[in-house]
Amino acid sequence: MTLRLSQQVYDALRQHGEETYPHECCGVLLGRFLSEDGAPVNEVEDAIRAGNTRTDSAHNRYHIAPQELVKIQRTGRERGLDIVGFYHSHPDHPAQWSQTDFAEAHWLACSYVITAVEKGAARQTNSFLLAGTTEDDKRFENQRIEILGQLDPGLEVSPASSIPKKSV
Amino acid sequence: MTIEIPTPLRVYAGNQSAVTVEAKTVAEALSALTAQYPDFQKHLYTPDGKLRSFVNLYLNDEDVRYLPKREETEVKDSDALSIIPSIAGGC
Repeated sequence: MTLRLSQQVYDALRQHGEETYPHECCGVLLGRFLSEDGAPVNEVEDAIRAGNTRTDSAHNRYHIAPQELVKIQRTGRERGLDIVGFYHSHPDHPAQWSQTDFAEAHWLACSYVITAVEKGAARQTNSFLLAGTTEDDKRFENQRIEILGQLDPGLEVSPASSIPKKSV
Repeated sequence: MTIEIPTPLRVYAGNQSAVTVEAKTVAEALSALTAQYPDFQKHLYTPDGKLRSFVNLYLNDEDVRYLPKREETEVKDSDALSIIPSIAGGC
């Protein structure tokens, strides 16, 4: 399973996290669902910035207004694109999904991209595919990030101590 | 009217991004959708029949929860009902 995107989009979503530091940024990934050799590929065409409505706790929570999602979904459809994923940042926290991320994840087959932003600088970026068929069997699976023109852009494994106990 | 289907649920609607149904209210539209595509039922509703808390319904640009008649709001053929699962999280 792969998340495929251009260097420009990859840089843009990481830069967004730097701009909103020490708050979390968030946005929507528009693109196409592909299948290559039986494996899912979420190909991103564009990253759309969204506002974080969790102004009460923006340093460690994010939420995108549904009305903004409706508009982004509509924009995507007009461009022949689907919502294939979302991104957000973890200020001064590892690029690993949290129990909150998991509990609030409902877009099956979509990619959830997380960038760790340390003291204002984007560090690790990881992607997790929300696999499964229902709320009961959903799970995050590690997803390879492929930047067009290069493979495996320096992905690192976060320290084991920072990984939630629930397997990914 | 048209019901816009979000990407994770399209597999239950014949991989369509939108479904057209005959309905006079939002509730009728949802009933028509689940009648035509029964698999939607468990994704939209809890076992006791309540709309799942993370599922948002937007009639054009209006949150159905905040419309005076909520799901009993009348609809026109030209209206679009969007099903939008919420997106949130944090570290």
